Amino acid sequence: MTQAAVVGFAQSPCRVRQDATTSGVEMLVPIFAEVFRATGLAKADIGFWCSGSSDYLAGRAFSFVQAVDAIGAVPPAMESHVEMDGAWALYEAWVKILTGEAEIALAYGFGKSSGAPLRRVLALQLDPYLVAPLWPDSVSIAALQARLGLEAGRWTEKDMAEVAARSRSAALANPQAQVSGDIAAEELLGRPYVAEPLRAHDCAPVGDGAAVVIMASERRAAQLCARPAWITGFAHRIDSGSLGARDLLAVPSAAAAARAAGADKGRAVEVAELHAPFTHQEIMLRGPLGLGDGVAVNPSGGALCGNPMFAAGLARIGTAAQAIMSGRAGRALGHATSGPALQQNLVCVMEGR
Amino acid sequence: MGHPSPAPLRAPLDIEFDYTRSLGPVLSRFMTALADRRILGARGADGRVHAPPFEYDPVSSEPAGELTEVGPEGTVLSWSWMPEPLAGQPLTEPFAWALIRLDGADTAMLHAVDAGSAAAMRTGLRVRPRWAASRVGSIRDIACFEPSGATPPAAHEPDTLQGAPAAHEPDTQDRASAGMTVTPVRLHYEHTASPGESAYLRGLAEGRLVGQRCGVCGQVYIPPRGTCPADGVPMAEDVELPDTGTVTTFCVVNVGYPGQRVTPPYVAAAVLLDGADIAFQHLILGCDTSEVRMGMRVRAVWKPPEERGTTGAISHFAPTGEPDAPYESYAGQL
Repeated sequence: MTQAAVVGFAQSPCRVRQDATTSGVEMLVPIFAEVFRATGLAKADIGFWCSGSSDYLAGRAFSFVQAVDAIGAVPPAMESHVEMDGAWALYEAWVKILTGEAEIALAYGFGKSSGAPLRRVLALQLDPYLVAPLWPDSVSIAALQARLGLEAGRWTEKDMAEVAARSRSAALANPQAQVSGDIAAEELLGRPYVAEPLRAHDCAPVGDGAAVVIMASERRAAQLCARPAWITGFAHRIDSGSLGARDLLAVPSAAAAARAAGADKGRAVEVAELHAPFTHQEIMLRGPLGLGDGVAVNPSGGALCGNPMFAAGLARIGTAAQAIMSGRAGRALGHATSGPALQQNLVCVMEGR
Repeated sequence: MGHPSPAPLRAPLDIEFDYTRSLGPVLSRFMTALADRRILGARGADGRVHAPPFEYDPVSSEPAGELTEVGPEGTVLSWSWMPEPLAGQPLTEPFAWALIRLDGADTAMLHAVDAGSAAAMRTGLRVRPRWAASRVGSIRDIACFEPSGATPPAAHEPDTLQGAPAAHEPDTQDRASAGMTVTPVRLHYEHTASPGESAYLRGLAEGRLVGQRCGVCGQVYIPPRGTCPADGVPMAEDVELPDTGTVTTFCVVNVGYPGQRVTPPYVAAAVLLDGADIAFQHLILGCDTSEVRMGMRVRAVWKPPEERGTTGAISHFAPTGEPDAPYESYAGQL
């Protein structure tokens, strides 16, 4: 079986955009052009396209079909879609390459998170019988999880603020970030709660954006990229959808995905890009993903500094791949999450050769 | 875009739909019991009682075992504070979300607690359900929970479930069951039109038809799409088109439907404007439906200037009386 490597990545700036429609086209066209320039590829070279987006975010049915305008699908392209973050679209692309159905695949994710109140829209991903009818919002559910950890002594509000301060400081070097700055944790702790025990800095900002990753087979990767990010493991797992029946302080699906992706095997991971939309979730994920103190976590600032829905997870993998393609890391881990309170987790482990 | 554009047009879009879902056997009994002000849990393969119950055990995948009554009181395991409740949530005044383990259960239920203030909330707080006055077999039959020591608001029905709950007694009564649950969904969006769509809509309000041409393939799209769907590149230029065109194909609408603005029978047609490479749909009025044919030449009938706007300016298309366009001139559109 062939292997696959990430050979290109681009993402749009994460912003609340007044000029972008929910079709994603305005955000996708420039980053497709950017990733084609970097790899020397053209649309005709792409054997498989796969997108991740959401009709609930767009407010209409089959919204992903309009995004195909950004591809320019004449002659017809082999194209697929997941109603998930683009990281899961990348997983489908990876399978297409491993099974020999495509040599070069492009995955993209996009979301205009600001089109409707995001906290309400995300209530529709919950159990439709017992939970969604109450409209519990995404921030409140994360807050229930954060309090469990606070009261169990797993972390403090100061630990959470320090994650935010470190992320914002790191994001100063990331022009795509929506939030960045040098601010001390102590100052953040003086600010009001938005959903006690969460303050604004504990929650990812609401922003619009898109991301694209190009992946190639063993035969093609080295022609397209001086230092491809070879995928050594890629897996995703899910925990129960019942919030009250699972241990919200354990993330068995993240641990299982990391194990299945071989994160604990071979060379040590040097850089990890985690899709943690809330500060306490970054703290929660380190253990299950096997990330020790020596790992650089979210050197981009992570999702806390820019979380375009349905693109942010793919952007984490692309950013981790970039660390390898640029020579800054030998082995990197990209993570994506979906669902409430880290219900679903995906891990992609990559290395340079 | 080849010229600076004013800000794109924006408009609100309110979407409303009711999800009507059929219930499995366990949730059906659970919802039926709620309407009767009782809360049921399901015993899993490991002996744990799940409340709310499951149809299939999340660990063993086995069907639910016996259903037992739990609560109605319970204990708060975790909570968060909602200072500004969002539309649709159980309470309109500030409240707490909480994971509540009902007495006799081993898992937690997510619901709202009407505690009055965050200072009154704590993990370990004892709470009891406040039942909705009207109960239909829904999780919303529990209006919210409230601290057990609180005086029940006078406006609510007295709680007839007195004293200790009949925990772990099998629910053996045969009842009419709630087979369906209806969840209304109301979402408010603020939609943005693309720059090309905005130019088109603003043009309509001025009585002009503005399309866009692709710089690669040369095709002219109206309404504009911003990006050429064939080439995936931004459109090169705006193109103003005449308000005359050709019917490429059509159908006669004979069926009425809610919200219909024209009385059937009438014709909905694909109209290819002169100079455009894609047809758009519009009404053909001003002649008998039997006269409409493929190739018929038509012209836009504009609303009076004072009625034109960015949401509509053309009333319909009507025959021009010119000779029909030759088939070859629109065959590529079919």
